[in-house]
Parts: sequence; C-alpha cells; structure tokens
Amino acid sequence: MKLNELTAHELRDLIGEKKTSPQEVRDAVLARIRQTDGQVKAYVRLSSNAATQEPSGGCAMPVPIGIKDNICVTGEPTTCCSRILEGFKPPYDATVIQKLKESGAYLIGSTNMDEFAFGSSTENSCYGPTRNPWNKDCVPGGSSGGSAAAVASHEAIWALGSDTGGSIRQPASFCGVVGLKPTYGRVSRYGLIAFASSLDQIGPIAKDVEDCALLLGIIAGYDERDSTSADLPVPDYTKALVNDVKGLKVGIPKEYFVEGIDPQVREAINAAIDVLKKRGATFYEISLPHTEYATATYYIVATAEASSNLARYDGVQYGLRRQPVDTRKTPLIDMYEETRDAGFGSEAKRRIMLGTYSLSSGYYDDYYLKGLKVRTLIKQDFDKAFQKLDAIITPTAPTTAFKIGEKTDDPLSMYLSDIYTISANLSGIPAISIPCGFSKERMPIGLQILAKPFDEAMLFRIAYAYEQNTPWHKERTPL
Amino acid sequence: MNQPLGQKYETVIGLEVHLQLSTRTKIFCGCANVFGRDPNTQTCPVCLGLPGTLPVLNKMALEYALKIAMALNCQINPLIKFDRKNYYYPDLPKGYQISQYDKPVAYDGHVWMTTVDGQTRKINIKRAHLEEDAGKLIHDDRSNSSLVDYNRTGTPLVEIVSEPDLRSPQEVYDYLQALKLTLEYLHVSDCDMEKGSLRCDANVSIRGAGQKIFGTKTELKNMNSFKAVRTALEFEEKRQREVVSSGGRIIQETRLWSEEKGTTVTMRSKEEAHDYRYFPEPDLVPFDIDDALIEEVRRSIPELPRQKFERFVGEYGLSEYDARIIVADQHIAHFFEACTKLYVDTKKISNWLNGPLLQELNVRKMGFSDIKIKPEDFIAIIRKVDENVLSNLTAKETLKQVLDTGKDVAAVIRDAGLAQVSDSSALEGIVDELIREHQNVVGQIREGKASAIGFLVGQAMRKSQGKANPKMIGEIIQRKLSAKSDA
Repeated sequence: MKLNELTAHELRDLIGEKKTSPQEVRDAVLARIRQTDGQVKAYVRLSSNAATQEPSGGCAMPVPIGIKDNICVTGEPTTCCSRILEGFKPPYDATVIQKLKESGAYLIGSTNMDEFAFGSSTENSCYGPTRNPWNKDCVPGGSSGGSAAAVASHEAIWALGSDTGGSIRQPASFCGVVGLKPTYGRVSRYGLIAFASSLDQIGPIAKDVEDCALLLGIIAGYDERDSTSADLPVPDYTKALVNDVKGLKVGIPKEYFVEGIDPQVREAINAAIDVLKKRGATFYEISLPHTEYATATYYIVATAEASSNLARYDGVQYGLRRQPVDTRKTPLIDMYEETRDAGFGSEAKRRIMLGTYSLSSGYYDDYYLKGLKVRTLIKQDFDKAFQKLDAIITPTAPTTAFKIGEKTDDPLSMYLSDIYTISANLSGIPAISIPCGFSKERMPIGLQILAKPFDEAMLFRIAYAYEQNTPWHKERTPL
Repeated sequence: MNQPLGQKYETVIGLEVHLQLSTRTKIFCGCANVFGRDPNTQTCPVCLGLPGTLPVLNKMALEYALKIAMALNCQINPLIKFDRKNYYYPDLPKGYQISQYDKPVAYDGHVWMTTVDGQTRKINIKRAHLEEDAGKLIHDDRSNSSLVDYNRTGTPLVEIVSEPDLRSPQEVYDYLQALKLTLEYLHVSDCDMEKGSLRCDANVSIRGAGQKIFGTKTELKNMNSFKAVRTALEFEEKRQREVVSSGGRIIQETRLWSEEKGTTVTMRSKEEAHDYRYFPEPDLVPFDIDDALIEEVRRSIPELPRQKFERFVGEYGLSEYDARIIVADQHIAHFFEACTKLYVDTKKISNWLNGPLLQELNVRKMGFSDIKIKPEDFIAIIRKVDENVLSNLTAKETLKQVLDTGKDVAAVIRDAGLAQVSDSSALEGIVDELIREHQNVVGQIREGKASAIGFLVGQAMRKSQGKANPKMIGEIIQRKLSAKSDA
C-alpha cells in the first residue's frame, strides 16, 4: 500500500519504527495530488511551502493535513472560496492551526468549500466545484467537500472542516470517510472565519475513527481568545477506542425515518443497527418532536448571524474593492455596493438578504426571536432523550451524493440535504458520521451518531466498535 | 425670540453622554488604550475586526462600568449580555458595534445637580451601557480621499442616557458639570470633551406649557464642548419655537451643530434613520456578575462630590457657596482637607483657598493639579499673617512667589524682604512724614472724622510697599494726633 493511503496512526507508527519518514509521506501525498487533484479539485491552493516544510523533531503527528479555506493560517491566502476575500492573508494562525503546528503537522493546502460554508455540495465556490472521488459526476457534499474529497482520494492523510449545519458530516457521508462535529465550545473558533457564530465548530475529517479521535485530541481545548470555548479538560479520546458497546442505550428517532429518505439509506442504517445490537447495544425508538422545525429554525438563526458576520467585507480594509467609474449615490455607498455585488456569489447574497430580513425592525420577533425559542425546544428534545440514552443513531443524510448541478437551481431541496445534521448544531451536541455501506451505484452511505454535550468519547466508542466489525472504511475509491 | 414665547413653550431635553473609559487596554483585545499616537499603531487583528477574530471582554472595563453605575445610583443588571448594532461606516471595521441593547449594565439611576440659582435638582438616568468605540476618519483634501485610523477602535465606552428631565440649555450645562464631576471623582475617564473622551448628543423637543405629552424631538450631534452644547441647544430651542409659532411642524431628524455657522443643519431624516438590527452577540456568552465583584467595586468607590459637599458644610462649617467651589475640583478638595489637619480655622483656609490661590491659578490658566504648592506652605503663609509678619498684601505676594519659584515660604519672605515692618521707630518716621504731607486730612481727623485715619493707613501701606503693619500704623496715628491736640 502507498504511504498516502495509510492512516495517521499507521504512519505515526511507521515513522516511529523508522520504516518511513515524514518527508516520504509528504512526497507521497504531493505526488497523489499531482496525479488526481486535476480530476477531484479538492484543493484550491497548496501551501506556499508545501513541498519544503520540514518536521520539527519529536512531534506527535508529523503527517500532512488539508485545511478548509475558512481557517486562518499566517501569511497564507484564506478566502472562504469567495472573491470578496481575494488576496486576504491573515497575519495570525487560528488556534487549531497553532495546535497542529505544535503537533508537527504539515499544512499541505487549502481545501475547497462552498463560499463562506453556504451550501451542501461545494458547488458554491468561486473556484468551481469539487468532484466526488467515488463518482466524478457527483458532488462531494458540502460545505467541507474539499476536505472530505481530499481524505477520500488519499490526497491528504486527514483534514479539518467546519460544521455549521452538517458541513463536516454530510460530505464525510457522501465521500465515505469519518467526520465529527464536536460539541459547541469543545474546539476554539478563534481564526475560523465565521458563518454563524453560535453554530460553527471546527472538526476532524479522517479515514477511520482512531484518526478522528486523535485529531480531535490535538485541536480540542479551552482557548482564552474564544469566550465561547469551554474551560473543560480534554480527555484522552483514544481510551474510548474499545470494541465494546455492551449495555449502551441507543435511541432511534422516528422523525428521522419518514418521507424523503432513500430506501437504500434506510436499509444501510437498519443493518448498522443490527451490527451494534449483536455487539450488545440496546435500541429504543424515541421521539424528537420538534425535528420538523429544525431546518426552518436553522435558516433563520444561521442567516441572521451570517448577515452580520459578513458585514465586514465592505472593501475598506482588505480583500476585494471595486469603485464604479460614475458616481451613482455617494462614492462610499457606490464602493460598498459594487464591491459586495462583485465579491459575493448568489447563495451568499441570498443568505445575507434572508438574515437581514429576519433581524429587521418589525420582523425580529416573528423570525429571529421565534427562531431562538424553537431552537431551545429542539435542544430540550435532546436533553430529555439523553436523560435515558447514551447515544442516538440516525442517517447522516437522506440520500447518497447527488449529481453536480442537480440541485443548484433549487435551494430548498439543497437545504433539505442537511435535514438530519442541523439539529446537532442547533442544540450544540456532538455528532459523528461514519461509513456504513454503499448504494447499488457504489456511492457511500453515512451513519450519524449523536451524544450528550462533551461526550465525544461515547461517539468514538460506538463508532469504533461498529468500524471494527464492518469493512466499509477499508473500501477504496476508483480513482 | 421675545418673552411671551418663552412662557408659552416648555423645552424638554434628554442627553446621551458617551464616556471613554481610561482602562489600560481596549474593551475586547489587549491593545493599549492610549490617545494621541501615530495612526494605526495601537491595533491588532481583533480590534481591526479581521475575519476569524473574536472579542474577549476586558474585566476592568466592566468594573469601571459598575463603578459608574453605582455612582449614578443605578440598579445593576447582574446578567452581562452584549448585542450587535449593525451599520456600515468605514470607521467600523466589523460592520457592527458590540454594544448592549435590552440588558444595559445599569438602569434607573439619578444624578443630583445644582442649578445656577443654587437650586438642587434630581435628574434621572434611564440607563448606562458598555460598548466599543469606533475608529476615526481623517479626510485628506490633497488626495480627495478619506483615511481610517483604527487606534480608537475598541476603546471602552459607557453611554449614559438621561431621562428627558432637563428643561433648558442652562440646565443641561449644569447637569453635564455635575455628571462630569462625579465621573472625575471615580477616576474612570479623562472626561475631556476636547480630546473626545466625553461626548454628548441631545434629544430636544418643545411642548406647550403644562402639556403632558412630548413634542416631536430632534437629535443634536457634533457638539464639542459644554459651552457648544448649551449654545447649540439655545439655537435649536429657538428654531423649534419659531417653527411651531409660525404654524409649522417639527420633523423628527438628526441635526448637526455647526460651530462656525452657529446653526444646526439636517443630517438625516427619520426615514433615513438606520435600522440597527440589534441581536445578541453570539461571540460573547452572557454571564452573571458574582456578588464578590460587586462588593469589591462598591468598596472601591470614593467619597463622591455630593457627599463631600455635605460633609464639608457639616464638618468644617463652610458656607454652601465655599463648599461647592472646593468640591468642584477633587484636587482642591483634597488640598483643603490636608490644610484642615494643619490649621483649625477652616473658614480662613477656604477664604485664602477660594480667594488668592484660585485667583493665582486663573491668572496662570492652570489647573489645581498643575501647581506644586504644599498644604504646609499654604498654611505657613496664613500663619505669617496671623503673626503680623505678613499683611494681606504681602501674603498674596508671598503666595505668588512660592508658586513661581517653588521656594519655601520663609525663604521667599526673607529673599524678597516681604516681612511686615513692626519696628515702631521706623513706622513712626513714616507717620511723621504723612502728617506733614497731609495736613488737611490731619485736620479732618482732629475734627473727629475717624474714617480719615483709614486714608492715612493706606498711604502708609503704599509708602512701605505693603510691608507696614497696618494695625500699628493706626495706633501710632491716633496716638500722635491725640497727643498733639492735647498739647
């Protein structure tokens, strides 16, 4: 097997045994990118020093990592795949980047994404879409589609994504890899370019559960620069990697298995439940009664925050600036309008308008405030369920990866591809997506596991037990 | 306008005061909070609002805000929550200002003030909240462009909003003085309008005398001194009265005061007013202030001007007038109290302090904190008067020279020869001269016009350049003249 096809923990062991070197791993990954990324387009750019970065001695994880293009790296362009951030090079590292650098990681490059993470297919990128490594006519999911595709195509050993409504888990599901959205506050958001501040979390995308646990261990923890990060110790997640789910109580929410779910997805999830049942887990049908309001609530709350978070892209200080030749209103207003019109794609504009509307005087109570209230109800559904349960299992997405262009003209149907992932963001709880089978078209299907706040260890325990007893994570893309 | 209008209408004014807090660092980042540095040298990714950065609340800014809340007799909101106020302007790097909307740190307070005619009035404070300051635009005429200086961005501000309790431009002036004095005592701000560390907007309306409901208000901005606030309000009050009495209607709008033109002009109408789309700031988690912090802040509040005023009247027997002058500057108040430890006659201290010492400061255009005189020196001068070593006149000269040279009192008196002449033979010589020179006055005295003695004493003081002991001179004149008439 080629070095780039191994996991981080396998490479760590080989490097430890001097059977290979970080340089060889780096070169294998770069060679793979040269070979396949022309077809996948997982990366929007490689790091300026991707080929020359040297490992610092004695580091924990000297393996190459792909970074979603919304996580700030000192001196490297960080654009959220938006024209409006053209030329922006942050003068600082995100906290997760600092932690990665300390662990010895190679930052191999910036991965593609929907502009500002607005989307579920990575088609809303100013650099064009990423292709699904399992079928180049299909989307990789989104918004962290570049990160998921890079890992699935072995163009990265692992990657960072960000998840606001499913943006790590849904592409992980579509690309057949492992992706985790941590508990809100588990990982510092400092240096993550905000989409919706109360929902965003950075998380790992990896080839197996062990790597996912290792990567979370590196990036998690309290950060005094992020007031929303939790001042709690980070457990050793690898201790949760035991092949044992005996006695665990797992819920299956009936609201997640209704109309709109692909029968093949339903079958795969049922099969996965059987695997875990055989290992000793107990399953209960439960109700999360406010599930049907999750998508609507999400698009109120997330767009409101986004409309404010994106106000800073005004052409004044950094990024794109356009000034029309003729004065229409005032030179300043003209500059704002021209810059934002040229800099934002249509989905960004749509979300800015939606969010601005729901925060507007006279509409605030009916939209934003009501959204916050329903959000509390959704969170209470989970609080109640977790009084008796260790975890909840659902599909990650209602379907497998859809075709490129299939939903670009229908934003509503695009929004519905996040229907199973959104609730975890609204309620702040952790959730993981792991491969659980393939459709007859050989497209990956994802299983989502949700747990109590800060109980990522439970996710790893169940996911690891499942992975140990199934072959899906070992499957290779046709690339 | 003419007098009848003044009686027909009542002016209603509410004030919004923005106070820059003098914390060591900015409100949401670690940048130094300093004034007057080169543009864009006091910035970091956080206060520049660069993508991905997050605010972290400066605890000292919160403590200062709590101090202000307590000093303004406000209720304190135990839940600290911030909101975003969204609007576009180049000096606002995030496109929103982090402020407090529905849960201000303080609400329902009041300030006591004294009007020009000595009346005490209570002005209610609606709310006071914490927020961040914006940057500054610098208009460059040569390149016909605007530049942004972000040094000020993120300076902590407390906005203090009064109820519409003020009834005239002069009352506003008096309220601002009272508010500023209280804030100065707290040491939470420079309170300097010229440097912009204290800024003020006013909401003004008029209504018929006795009318309960408020008239349509205008908001006045761009007033850069207390006097400008008063002048602008006088103009706006007059303008509104003229509009209404000529049958017009006041339009709700924001108006800018122009110092050069002496007028207010429309800046934006109600229709153009911003919809700020306030919503809870998701980057700052709401939290409860713990009681220990509130107690700690409460203990740090010094004696405030009003308490000090009452104590000085009660404890030192000062007149309200004198007490008010002394309390109006905490440095003077401190100096006064130090003097009372050295000298028992507090009335005399206040007379010398409010009289000659403050006159000297006025002449020099200096503040009390700028001068170096020690209470010991000041009291030494008063004692020299008591001991007849100095006359009032030479005492003032001594004070002046002590302020000028920084020398101690004894040295000034010695070097300038200011000691009073109480040597009777020298004084007798002067009196003899005067009797020769002013025979007609001498005649008046002999005829029983006692007040004429004063003239001769004055002449003696002149001849001696103020150094003669006036009491002894008077005695000598009386003795000499009565001796002669007896003869």
